[in-house]
Amino acid sequence: MAAAPTSAFGTSRRSDLIFLVLFAAAVLTAPLWASLIGAGYPDLLQKWAIYGLFAIGFNILFGLTGYLSFGHAAFLGVGSYTAVWSFKLLGMNVLPAVFFAMITAAVFALAIGYISLRRSGIYFSILTLAFAQMSYNLAYSVLTPITNGETGLTVLPSDPRILEQLAGVRDTVSTPTTSLFGLEMTGYPGFYFCAVVLIIGFFVAMKIARSPFGTMLKAIKSNQTRMNYTGFNTRPYTLAAFIISGMYAGLAGALLASTDPLAGAERMQWTASGEVVLMTILGGAGTLLGPVLGAAVIKYFENIFSAFNDQVLMEMFNWLPETLQEAAVAVAGLFVGEGWHLTLGVVFMLIVIFLPGGIMEGIRRVQKLFRRSDGASRTDTASESA
Amino acid sequence: MDAFVLQMLNGLDKGGAYALIALGLTLIFGTLGVVNFAHGALFMLGAFCAVTIQKLLTLSKKVKDESITFFDAYKEIPYLETWFGDTGLVIIDYAVPISLLAAIPIMLIIGLIMERGLIRFFYNRSHAEQILVTFGLAIVLQELVKAIYGANPIPTPAPEVVAGSADLGILFGVPGTIVYPYWRLIYLFFSLAVIGGVFAFLQFTTFGMVVRAGMQDRETVGLLGIHVERRFTIVFGIAAVVAGLAGVMYTPILPPDYHIGMEFLVLSFVVVVVGGMGSLPGAVLAGFLLGILQSFASMNEVKSIIPGIDQIIIYLIAVIVLQVRPRGLLGRKGVMEG
Repeated sequence: MAAAPTSAFGTSRRSDLIFLVLFAAAVLTAPLWASLIGAGYPDLLQKWAIYGLFAIGFNILFGLTGYLSFGHAAFLGVGSYTAVWSFKLLGMNVLPAVFFAMITAAVFALAIGYISLRRSGIYFSILTLAFAQMSYNLAYSVLTPITNGETGLTVLPSDPRILEQLAGVRDTVSTPTTSLFGLEMTGYPGFYFCAVVLIIGFFVAMKIARSPFGTMLKAIKSNQTRMNYTGFNTRPYTLAAFIISGMYAGLAGALLASTDPLAGAERMQWTASGEVVLMTILGGAGTLLGPVLGAAVIKYFENIFSAFNDQVLMEMFNWLPETLQEAAVAVAGLFVGEGWHLTLGVVFMLIVIFLPGGIMEGIRRVQKLFRRSDGASRTDTASESA
Repeated sequence: MDAFVLQMLNGLDKGGAYALIALGLTLIFGTLGVVNFAHGALFMLGAFCAVTIQKLLTLSKKVKDESITFFDAYKEIPYLETWFGDTGLVIIDYAVPISLLAAIPIMLIIGLIMERGLIRFFYNRSHAEQILVTFGLAIVLQELVKAIYGANPIPTPAPEVVAGSADLGILFGVPGTIVYPYWRLIYLFFSLAVIGGVFAFLQFTTFGMVVRAGMQDRETVGLLGIHVERRFTIVFGIAAVVAGLAGVMYTPILPPDYHIGMEFLVLSFVVVVVGGMGSLPGAVLAGFLLGILQSFASMNEVKSIIPGIDQIIIYLIAVIVLQVRPRGLLGRKGVMEG
């Protein structure tokens, strides 16, 4: 379905480095250029980085290995809960929270992956979905002492926070905020923290995709039966991919909790798992940059579209005659504000039907078009890497 | 004993709904080879057929209320009542059974449009892409319904006659112990009838025979000069009707809202997989089995031993079944192996 992972610049080590530097530059300067498209506020930028990470991790499993997990949000939720517990018990520093969230997510992924990966195809999807739903239902019911049920888990001034207690800086009056050694994780500092983690995550994903391990995963995707016949035991590889991808999700969950110390079970619901699938597909499964793009596009339009209301629409269409204006507003009103999911569904269907490779395939097609019109006969990076 | 029978019944009617949806899913999968994640949305559309019919029947005119003389008060009187008097009220009362009849052509048309307009382009694409595109379609349908009917559940009561509960205890000589709503009994018998109907249709008609042959070996049937694809399209329509009817009948049990379909979809997929992909009897068996197990798991006695079991039982069973019997309970060899 999707091409092998490739940067827009081929696959040599040097071009990878350039690609990474460009990516890092684009991410770090996001506050500058995002304000041009009306996205220049830290809240949204943080979401870009966090869901970008989530999608990168999901892509390692889905895009590289070809296993469609429908329960990945469970790891996101587990990561969030662990992070908030780390805030409550250890202290408001985000580093231990991130560390423990990744460890817990990895343990969960090991257990779930060990069982689910015994099957593939739709059975695998259903198994992961079943585990995610179990986690979600339990988080809402029996595990309320740990998850605080529907209210969600929050940080309270009266929490023990042992590390802060030892250092003698525990503030038991006001609600504490998360920090990185004193640097508060709200606003732009929070974004830059997420951005740096995103770049590291991107780098690791790139290394994985280029490594022999990554090649093995791609081989499993293209023909697992043949892999088995040639004597490879594919299970350790798929399990490793599942765990790595779960850790990414746990990391994303921890970052969500770091920028806003609250964890709720709704993060684990299967629609949340569906969302990360959408992001990956929209951007381009199997590509490095695609998932990040997909996540950014979805989160961007979610913010922009949900903010629209009839007033704004009326102004947009005020160049039309009045009756037409009302009709246009009524139709467009379906797709924005509360109804933004409708837009998402339509766009998603169009992408799957007409552009299964997502945005990245779109870019590649456009590139090809230009190459052809140049009339140049040199080899085409797109087809070579596809 | 009485608690046992009651839980059994509770499980059976829920199981009936699971079985109906799972049956449709399996029909579609077995014939077209398509994994239809929009099947829950069809269930939801059926439920909203009932809502629409009820709304249409109760279209009202504002009439001045003569009994209040202090100020101008208005009350709403349905047109049907002004036109036909008490007969009109009876018609309104029977909104759900009437919707049942109306839903058959409506769902058939929706199913055919869906198959011709979208699904047929996905016969040869990967299962992942089929899941994704139908998932997108489900989102679209559900958001459209939300835009039209709002996000709140809409109560659609059953006819007055069957509003009460049956005292089944009499059957066992212990009156008053097993009290069970009539409508749920009706639902159980209705689902059994529909399931029986579908099986009879496949088993005893020429059309059904061709469809079964096509499920076994599509190519050969095609070589015999039979237009299999058109028949499979109709099967999709039938599956849509089954899901829609399940939805219509479920409205008095649970007031429908726009994401009722998604809730049933996830469970129905688990049911299909437990029953064995592509096996019709498996889907029905697993539907009732999981319904009953879920109902027993929500008994207080069970919950006190294993807290939270009622929340996870279905998924737990699915995991266990897939580990022990990789093809599901009655799965055939060679269907979705992997």
